[in-house]
Amino acid sequence: MLDVIQSMLVVALPAATPLIFGGLSGLFSERSGVVNIAIEGMMLAAAFFGFIVGVRTGNLGLALGGAVVTGMVMASLHAVLSIAFRVDQIISGTVINVLAIGLTGYLDRKLYPSGAPAGQRTLPEIEIPLLSDIPFFGEILFRHGVIVYAAFVAVVVAAVVLYRTRWGLRVRAVGEHPLAAETAGISVYAVRYASVIAGGALAGLGGAYFTLQSIPQFQPLMTNGRGFIALAALIFGKWTPFGVLGAALFFAIAETIPSTLQIQGVHSIALEVAGTTLFDVAIPYQVFGLLPYVLTILVLAGAVGRAVPPAAVGQPYTRKA
Amino acid sequence: MPAPPPLPPARRHALIDRMRRVRLPGLGQSILVPLLAVITALLVGAVIILVSGGNPVRAYEGLYEGSIGCPGALSGDAGIQVTRLVCASSVTDTLITATPFVIAGLAVAFAFKGGLFNIGVEGQLLAGSLATVLVGYKLDGLPAALHITLALAAGIAAGAVYGAIPGLLKAYTGAHEVIVTIMLNYVAGTMTSYLLSGVMKDPRSGAVARTPYIDTAARLPDVWPGPEMLHLGAVFAVLTAIGLWWVLQRTTIGYEVRTVGANPHAARYAGMSVARTVALTMAVAGGLAGMAGAIEVTGVNYYHTPGFSVGYGFDSIAIALLGRAHPVGVIPAALLFGALRGGSSRMQFLTQIPVDIIQVIQALVLLFVAAPAIVRWLYRVRQRPHTVIEERPEPAASV
Repeated sequence: MLDVIQSMLVVALPAATPLIFGGLSGLFSERSGVVNIAIEGMMLAAAFFGFIVGVRTGNLGLALGGAVVTGMVMASLHAVLSIAFRVDQIISGTVINVLAIGLTGYLDRKLYPSGAPAGQRTLPEIEIPLLSDIPFFGEILFRHGVIVYAAFVAVVVAAVVLYRTRWGLRVRAVGEHPLAAETAGISVYAVRYASVIAGGALAGLGGAYFTLQSIPQFQPLMTNGRGFIALAALIFGKWTPFGVLGAALFFAIAETIPSTLQIQGVHSIALEVAGTTLFDVAIPYQVFGLLPYVLTILVLAGAVGRAVPPAAVGQPYTRKA
Repeated sequence: MPAPPPLPPARRHALIDRMRRVRLPGLGQSILVPLLAVITALLVGAVIILVSGGNPVRAYEGLYEGSIGCPGALSGDAGIQVTRLVCASSVTDTLITATPFVIAGLAVAFAFKGGLFNIGVEGQLLAGSLATVLVGYKLDGLPAALHITLALAAGIAAGAVYGAIPGLLKAYTGAHEVIVTIMLNYVAGTMTSYLLSGVMKDPRSGAVARTPYIDTAARLPDVWPGPEMLHLGAVFAVLTAIGLWWVLQRTTIGYEVRTVGANPHAARYAGMSVARTVALTMAVAGGLAGMAGAIEVTGVNYYHTPGFSVGYGFDSIAIALLGRAHPVGVIPAALLFGALRGGSSRMQFLTQIPVDIIQVIQALVLLFVAAPAIVRWLYRVRQRPHTVIEERPEPAASV
């Protein structure tokens, strides 16, 4: 049993990585007052263009940079549409998502009609000396790819920036009461642009996980809803960095249950009482795969108490005067 | 309604500068801006094709041939006899593709009117198709009229139930319909492939996961006989659009939906049950999406297969926005998307340009329709004060 739990947790941390980055991406955007349902599209585009840069240059550092820049470009589009043009932020996010699906699908098929080149390397995995030798926890926590560690560092950095810096205070002020912030001399537009684009960079790192860390390959639609689950993690985490971390781990564990059971050879659930089998049902793995999605709905429906979003989220701001 | 945004200081392009300001009466402008949005999207799409090493002129020729033109007429394919029949078949293709788009677009447009954003068409459509196909192949020996009616009703009911879930959750727990519907799309997709490779799989279909064919009595008849195959669903689609317009404009329920969409606080003050209206709106929207799936099953495919509905969800949003969320406006928007989708396989065949470019063009249409200020600025269209573009009524969205 313990080894089943261990093998589940070993894969849970990498699975949580895009959710953490996605959640933090939404965190900065929404704490400044801009709804972001475009995380999915930002991650997908970043996964693709990061991969392409890697294939073309053979340099994983540049590839990572490409992914981050892609996330920022997509976020800039969202920022311009929702801040300058006051497009409904949900619709603007939908535009980004559709654009990312279309653009990556088109270019993937146009550039590599017979499948993308394989054999590219992934970012290194690092075993932290000594710590990785700790029994049970060593393998779970300290033998991962660099982006996985980066996600955990990002949570701490995000918390410090949001709660311990002047800029973080401005972000929160603009998201709660933009008019008051503007009156105090803060440029609402500037803070929102910076927050959304910084969020794009984080989503870019989340996208990089898919093609530069997890597998050295791009597949159309490979983000498979992680951006939306990340958004649910943000809500579940009550718009706080460590809340996002906890919620992302929760969803990641839910996500890894079916594959873990499969790998461990658990194929059916049976109950046997006093020598007679009461029931013995085969586990439908496909149905288990629904767990993260169903949990997301339950979480949103308030299974964990009502979450209070930033007060000004979703409302376009018009500068007075 | 916020004032129109201050436009950035115009960088006067010489070419644009020479264009004269266009002034049109009210209705004209509500058609002009979407039209310009589509043209701009096609132009940007052409640039993307060009940059990625394709020939945009050939691509759009292929698109034209496949959607409204005559195959072979422009490409000069040797050996293809261009007859009226062949020409008609691409137009019929467009109409057949547009039929579910009209109804799915209505599913989004109706929710918009009630202040809700229905991204769940994909899942609702799958739920509807599953129910329809089940009724279609499980029952036999029924008279055609009865069997068709039952099959369609099952699809509509299943879609309505699937749409009611996010509606009820929104109404009574505050769970935002956008994320709930997206999650339900994944649930429906997974359940569909699970059922279609399991209990609903046709034992004779071999390695292919699909259901058995529905009974011939459950198939929609063609509108006119012959090889063109335009089925009755197209007529249903138009009637549904008109019917929905009537419901919205001329009935109490429609009035309540619009009021809740425009201002839930005012609706509550006027004694309407906002929660009930929200749930009802999503159920109707889901029922429409289910109907789109039901018509596709009974009119075109006659069976159900995974991957059947990929893309309907986002297509229907673009169609609803392009049609200004007006039930009748959805029809021309759906025809455009029907032409794009219908013609895209011909385009890919002729020019090896992947059909995915259609999705890019769609995103661009969505972009320019959602941000009319960009289009006005590009083409120097002056906005008339009384023709303010109808925006999504619900101001705050807590996602």
